[in-house]
Amino acid sequence: MTTTQKTTVPPARKRTTTGRSVPPQSHRPKAPLNWGKISAWAVLTLAILITVVPFLWMIRTALSSNHSLAANSASLLPADFSWGAFKRVLGMQSAEEALAEGGSGAAINFWLYLRNSFIVSTMVTVCQVFFSALAAYAFARLKWPGREKVFTFFLATLLVPPIFTALPNFLLIKNLGMLNTFLGIALPSMLMTPFAIFFLRQFFMGMSREMDEAAKLDGASHVRIFFQVIMPNAVGPIATLSLLTFIASWNEYFWPLLVAQEENVRVLTVGLSVFKSQSPQGAPDWSGLMAATLIAALPILILLIAFGKKVVNSIGFSGIK
Amino acid sequence: MAVTGEYVVLNIAFQTVFALGLALLMYHVAKSTLIRGIILLPYLIANVVVALLWFWMLDYQIGIVNQVIEWMGLPRIAFFGNETWAIPTIAFVNVWRHMGYTALLLFAGLQAIPRHVYEVAALDGAGPWKTFWKITLPLLRPILVLVLVVTVIGSFQIFDTVAVTTGGGPVNASRVIQMYIFDKAFTEQEFGYASALASVLFVVIGIVAFLQMKFLRGNESELD
Repeated sequence: MTTTQKTTVPPARKRTTTGRSVPPQSHRPKAPLNWGKISAWAVLTLAILITVVPFLWMIRTALSSNHSLAANSASLLPADFSWGAFKRVLGMQSAEEALAEGGSGAAINFWLYLRNSFIVSTMVTVCQVFFSALAAYAFARLKWPGREKVFTFFLATLLVPPIFTALPNFLLIKNLGMLNTFLGIALPSMLMTPFAIFFLRQFFMGMSREMDEAAKLDGASHVRIFFQVIMPNAVGPIATLSLLTFIASWNEYFWPLLVAQEENVRVLTVGLSVFKSQSPQGAPDWSGLMAATLIAALPILILLIAFGKKVVNSIGFSGIK
Repeated sequence: MAVTGEYVVLNIAFQTVFALGLALLMYHVAKSTLIRGIILLPYLIANVVVALLWFWMLDYQIGIVNQVIEWMGLPRIAFFGNETWAIPTIAFVNVWRHMGYTALLLFAGLQAIPRHVYEVAALDGAGPWKTFWKITLPLLRPILVLVLVVTVIGSFQIFDTVAVTTGGGPVNASRVIQMYIFDKAFTEQEFGYASALASVLFVVIGIVAFLQMKFLRGNESELD
């Protein structure tokens, strides 16, 4: 309900149902209420600005040319508009050109990193969601002794810090000879995570049992029930989970940093930090850096614009049991 | 470890207060998904991206924040290059990234509080301030504790932001525990020592989470 609606038609009853702690008596509390609303909106607007402005600043810097940045460091529009930074980051500029525009001149190719990130995130998402769905099915739909205990134990592993498992995992991947391979980057998160299982189990438990019982009477096996009854009915949650998994995997930095240093398997996040460290110390290639960060953030921004509602609504869910 | 402690305290304190404020605001004036989406945006962007973005905006020479500071007639601050400022700055960057996410969790918690409790309070003549302290906060406590436990565990593992911006410097001022473990294992090749450190971190996190649950009585609800 908006403020305007409230001032024009003030139904005394309605006000209490909005959850405001205002006594539902006369017109008197209207004024302080509205002042409260105005200041609340002001603070909220400020919060939104604080959230959004850095992103605009990123775009503005990415479209500027390095040499003009210092002189026009406070102008809101791009200083000396140029696509140079994007060309440089995507490896479409020769070393001399890049140097002339304030880059490091070192070869950098974000197309490649973009592709790598895409491969890894897709591998992780597809496998993790599939295996987690299998496990969630077992936890939600099958009856076996100790089920609840095993599940609690599973959930408790959420507390284990990733660095605790990262070191032994690193040795494992190294001994398997998988350093600097896509499989090596993806493997530790490809199997399942407690969160994904918890998320799907919640939905599987809520589904009506009649359907799979009917299927069972018709002689369907568990495999068949899983693929033909459960999965088609859980498209929504599975899509949401895939989205969350993809984003998480796209943003992962620590693990790829450990196992994938080589150029041909480097993912975006690691590529970014390498790019930053190559940048000249005294006068960093700011517009190049911002162009690179924009490229790294863009797929997520697109996903968010396309499926924002799903993501936003799932957040509340993940916090509450 | 002391550095990590300082970071955790700063990060959690500001993040929780801001997030609670935001959640209350959203609950009272704006429940639209669009606003929630915008608020959530920084959380969905990679740590590394966020770190670089702020590294640029907080640059000593030509970063926009220092321009504003100078315009207000104050001296420039070397946010990442100064020993006292490094950790608060990194904490701030992560508060910015996680605030919206935490706010959405708390927002969901607020929505779970039944309406009639507020109505009764209003009938009894409780003002907004009193309602907040006597009704909202106690009833929100289970969620708040859960959120606190999760965010504290997360913030003990600060690494990405530090690695990209200061790399542990200046002069170890921002050498957080995970950075230290990483250096030990991969720069100095002392895997055994690093694993021992990681185990200690695990135990510390476990103890902190347990204490939080116990002292804040996170698993009890006042709603029944």
